[in-house]
Amino acid sequence: MFAYIIRRTFAALLLILVVSAVTFAIFFLLPRIAGETSDQLAAQYIGKNPSPEAIAAVKKNLGFDQPLYSQYWNFLKGLVGGAEYKFGPDPVTCHVPCFGYSFKNHLEVWPELTKRIPVTLSLAIGAAVLWLVSGVTTGVISALKPRSIFDRLAMGVALAGVSLPVFFTGALLLTVFSYEWPILDNLQYVNFTDDPIMWARNLILPWISLAFLYSALYARLTRAGMLETMSEDYIRTARAKGLVERKVVTRHGLRAALTPVVTIFGMDLGLLLGGALITEQVFSLQGIGAFAVQAIADNDLPKILGVTLLAAFFIVVCNLVVDLLYALVDPRVRLS
Amino acid sequence: MTELQNTTAPAAQTPAGDPFLSVRDLRIHFDTDDGLVRSVDGVSFDLHKGRTLGIVGESGSGKSVTSLGIMGLHRSKRARISGEIRLNGEDLIAAGPDRVRQLRGREMAMIFQDPLTAMHPYYTVGQQIVEAYRVHHPDATRKQARTRAIEMLDRVGIPQPDRRVDDYPHQFSGGMRQRAMIAMALVNDPSLLIADEPTTALDVTVQAQILDLIRDLQEEFGSAVIIITHDLGVVAELADDILVMYGGKCVERGPADTLFDAPEHPYTWGLLGSMPRLDRELQDRLVPVRGTPPSLINVPSGCAFHPRCPYAQLTGGRSTTEVPVLAEAVPGHHAACHLAAAERHRIFTEEIAPRL
Ligand SMILES: Nc1ncnc2c1ncn2[C@@H]1O[C@H](COP(=O)(O)OP(=O)(O)OP(=O)(O)O)[C@@H](O)[C@H]1O
Ligand code: SF4
Ligand SMILES: [Mg+2]
Repeated sequence: MFAYIIRRTFAALLLILVVSAVTFAIFFLLPRIAGETSDQLAAQYIGKNPSPEAIAAVKKNLGFDQPLYSQYWNFLKGLVGGAEYKFGPDPVTCHVPCFGYSFKNHLEVWPELTKRIPVTLSLAIGAAVLWLVSGVTTGVISALKPRSIFDRLAMGVALAGVSLPVFFTGALLLTVFSYEWPILDNLQYVNFTDDPIMWARNLILPWISLAFLYSALYARLTRAGMLETMSEDYIRTARAKGLVERKVVTRHGLRAALTPVVTIFGMDLGLLLGGALITEQVFSLQGIGAFAVQAIADNDLPKILGVTLLAAFFIVVCNLVVDLLYALVDPRVRLS
Repeated sequence: MTELQNTTAPAAQTPAGDPFLSVRDLRIHFDTDDGLVRSVDGVSFDLHKGRTLGIVGESGSGKSVTSLGIMGLHRSKRARISGEIRLNGEDLIAAGPDRVRQLRGREMAMIFQDPLTAMHPYYTVGQQIVEAYRVHHPDATRKQARTRAIEMLDRVGIPQPDRRVDDYPHQFSGGMRQRAMIAMALVNDPSLLIADEPTTALDVTVQAQILDLIRDLQEEFGSAVIIITHDLGVVAELADDILVMYGGKCVERGPADTLFDAPEHPYTWGLLGSMPRLDRELQDRLVPVRGTPPSLINVPSGCAFHPRCPYAQLTGGRSTTEVPVLAEAVPGHHAACHLAAAERHRIFTEEIAPRL
């Protein structure tokens, strides 16, 4: 088991490195392939109509004249050791971990990101709890009484859930609960540590609109899994022991049916932590997703690179956790 | 013992006292989209403690459904059950599902065909045996239950049981898994053990070991045992009595000795002909019963075996029109066939016996 953890962690680290190299290449190599010169790249960091001298200085100071691999190397060095840029009259310091420096806004990327992590984290975790509980419960009940009224109703709602986009359900919820019938108006993100009640109150609508989509998916997934496991031979064995049906369902059926759900859950959560683009946009939440949208709109490369790396990091970490959980759940994985 | 109570059998063959399990006219039908499936259609037998009943028949003859019905495991929205199942005098069909659940695993236990799929892959063998024990011993501590599990694993011949108790099913070999299943079934000292094709999924060499184990344990615990199989060879040495099923019905029932030496029913003759025997040449060993098993939705008229029976013409048309009743052919030995007893005996001795 220990060797397995080490192996998976090492693989995850390697994966992050590969992802960072690829992201770096995409943002710095592609413009060159597309014909953009390092002069043009540098020109983006100065005002309108820059002088050739200014461009040359920026190129040198920011290292655009160096070959790409050494630029990547400097980027990695910045991540672990920080970086210093000579830009303008005073040198600017980019503290560890240096995810890049936005010369457009004169801001370090990392503190900008960390400011937004709690928003996205609150959104994702809250929604995840909601959709896991509601989705799995609905799926289990549906599977235990297939073709019952509950099952038909739940699966009908689930079909609507997977078909309706978040920008529709989100806007609908906002219209009803913030404007028509304003019991949840004036929604602003409040830190959990400042006021947990306001935190929850102001996040409940985004949670619901995100969770609606996902719980629909999870209900269908759980239902299918439960229908399959409940017809397995070991369920009959569990009943033959004289176990009460509730334990047969939870300890034997659900336990096995949850394995694929956990796998998907890890991936979904990882993706969401990298920014719930649409939901954050609909509810004006200043999370990582909104940051990414802004960075792309501004064509601010260091920001885009930083947020991409962070998202990749979340996905890789969540998948690592899933892998480890999977081994914990299924001994056949761990012992083979 | 399989005699009905109203029949007289030689005194030597009738164990004293009431039977532990008594099944009367058991019918289990399933309401499906294709029609009513008559999986079990009027089966009766008695079984005393310390005795072994073999239920034999080809695939789809209703053997498993019979055993699941006794265990109360057939229950579903679409199952219709009627008749009587008396376990130690108590009617299980009339009893509520919770009462049957309490008896399940304690008074009656079951082992299944494929021990790999029958055990939960996510729990250790020990955890599964402990669970089976604690269902019916809620006051037992974890430690006591674990000690009991190790003791049972030891009893069924698993080496180093104190270590193997923490292994997962997939770490066991097929034969060991079936031993572990047996340990799990016997952990509460049930008085009735049902083994549904306990050796079909195993290697030939392991099969004999498992059957020996079941016999040893039965002698030790004195329980009543039902062995279900489609292979007469499996029950030849183990069973005291044999019940042959065809199309959900019992077509022949009697003591194992007489059933093997003087089988009464043409279907049993076919089964005996398909039984592999060591003293026979390989090529003419397996003479399967010609034709396909009957549909349980549109059961053939009259005797369900008539489309496959070589003697159906000898009954003056009764085979195709009239359902034969199970009647006593010789004392203690019943068969359901329209052929006259004398005719049957003549055919058997002249045509069948020489080929066996
Ligand atoms: N829940 C059910 N619903 C509908 N039909 C069923 C159900 N369970 C069993 N049957 C049918 O009942 C018939 C008898 O099945 P059963 O499993 O008892 O056969 P078997 O004698 O044990 O055969 P095998 O040797 O293949 O195990 C089969 O035709 C099967 O399709
Ligand atoms: S009743 Fe007729 S068809 Fe059935 S076994 Fe006897 S002879 Fe064959
Ligand atoms: Mg069967």
